[in-house]
Amino acid sequence: MRELLNIALPKGRLGEKVYARFAEAGYPCPAVLENSRKLIFENEEVGVRYFWVKPSDVAIYVERGAADIGVAGKDILLEYAPAVYELADLDVGKCRMAVAAKKGWRDNTERTLRVATKFPNIARAHYAQKSREIELIHLNGSIELAPILGMSDVIVDIVETGTTLLENNLEPIEDIVPISARLIANRVSYQFAQAQLDALRDALVR
Amino acid sequence: MIKRTKEEEALLGFRSLYHGYGYKRYKMSTFEEYDLYVANKRFLGGDNIVTFSDAGGRLMALRPDVTLSIVKNAVTGADGLEKLYYHETVYRSVGGALKEIPQVGLECIGQLDGYAMGEVVLLAARSLALVDENYLLTLSHMGIVSALLDEAIPADAHPDTRERLLTCIGEKNPHGLRALCGGCGISAESAERLAALMQLGGSFAEALEVLRGLCLSEAAAQGLRELEEIAGMLALHDCASRLRLDFSLVNDLQYYNGVIFKGYLRQLPTELLSGGRYDRLAQRFGRDGGAIGFAINLGLLERLGGEENEYDVDLLLTYAPECTPMAVAEAVRALSADGRSVRVQPMGAPLGLKYRARMNLSERGLEVNA
Repeated sequence: MRELLNIALPKGRLGEKVYARFAEAGYPCPAVLENSRKLIFENEEVGVRYFWVKPSDVAIYVERGAADIGVAGKDILLEYAPAVYELADLDVGKCRMAVAAKKGWRDNTERTLRVATKFPNIARAHYAQKSREIELIHLNGSIELAPILGMSDVIVDIVETGTTLLENNLEPIEDIVPISARLIANRVSYQFAQAQLDALRDALVR
Repeated sequence: MIKRTKEEEALLGFRSLYHGYGYKRYKMSTFEEYDLYVANKRFLGGDNIVTFSDAGGRLMALRPDVTLSIVKNAVTGADGLEKLYYHETVYRSVGGALKEIPQVGLECIGQLDGYAMGEVVLLAARSLALVDENYLLTLSHMGIVSALLDEAIPADAHPDTRERLLTCIGEKNPHGLRALCGGCGISAESAERLAALMQLGGSFAEALEVLRGLCLSEAAAQGLRELEEIAGMLALHDCASRLRLDFSLVNDLQYYNGVIFKGYLRQLPTELLSGGRYDRLAQRFGRDGGAIGFAINLGLLERLGGEENEYDVDLLLTYAPECTPMAVAEAVRALSADGRSVRVQPMGAPLGLKYRARMNLSERGLEVNA
């Protein structure tokens, strides 16, 4: 029996979209979409094993070799800088990392800028590039609250359509980097299965 | 009988292999002055040095790397060539936690020629083969990467362009590479050449064929010749089929200049071996000639299956309170005569102990317990 290719998919809407791409590309495993409590799904015929993991964990599974390949947002790759190969831009889950503030906010450059974010490394790198002194406030959710309550001056977060910002009377003031889902591979898996993974990549981005 | 762990077995193999090629073991101190590492932080690839003050108030560091100490201290003479190997522990802070990493490595410093270089790569391949025959050794050449970057990058490009291109190449990231090239005035033709270099694949011979078409400058052609020579030497030892070209393998150009390589095993999530030619580091210490070496992360070997011992002990021997120490000792001597391991406990079995058989000693003599 040949070895199955282990694929980590991010749970949620993006993961379902991405799975559809894999299925179209010739790597289907219909059980994946069944609503069950199972964690692992195999299709030995085409040689794949899928599993759903928390989106921010995909890179960890791939980096440590539990998954040969996976799909992760560029935001996660920038934030955690895992030692993986980034084989392709899948062009889905498109959004951007941006700085946002309360509408009409004025940047007072005399003061340390207070930045609330889920992505401390990205925020730090962005402001270090501008040599701007910041105070970083690491939050795990509801980032929009921070400037509303006056806890931070700005936030660094993912902006898709800007609706959430708008509803909270915030607006994007600066784009940092465009984000989309990327196909990533474990570095050792890639060395041993290069032809197979290159074929998969080509089928996905065709 | 106790079985050797994979790590112990491999270590013995490595030592006799290196000894067989005349490499001398080099034993060094665990501490160095912090200054040594600060001045060469980029060679170490980060800010993960563990420091402390010695009795005289000097700032010292727990050795995060062996190569620097060897390059600093090795005595080669003007035309000399020093061949050394080591088995040491290095200390790094990984993700905030202090880690001890056992390493075996080898360095060849001084008047390097084609043979010396090939010998080091050959020893890397044979080290991997000692652990698992299905290894892969990937080769890259900083001279070739550097030459292609020189050809591609326009003179007026932003100073960090080279660094950013190297990052994309290291990620095997074709979309990022193309976007970056487009953004800094690199021609589409040069961009495609870099992408092709980064994505070279297939067998060594196939990849070499494609590489020939990419190496246009004299500097690149020189690198190509070195790779061909090395591959030829490895073919003599039947290692050629385990060889691959992988130009996404890039190291800091400030230190590395020639061939660089990494060794992989299928069962390990990261590389087991890494090495390369680092003349520029040697030159920083005022050495002529060159230097090449590699290190093996022995700590990873414990993850290789190997044969697990199924039991903690072959025989558990319990004894009644009336038994004299002498009687117990005699029983142990008799029972362990055939090489079995015997654990003696006055009362019952310790929690969680797995034993193959259990016996009890009392005034009735030795009895097998069910």
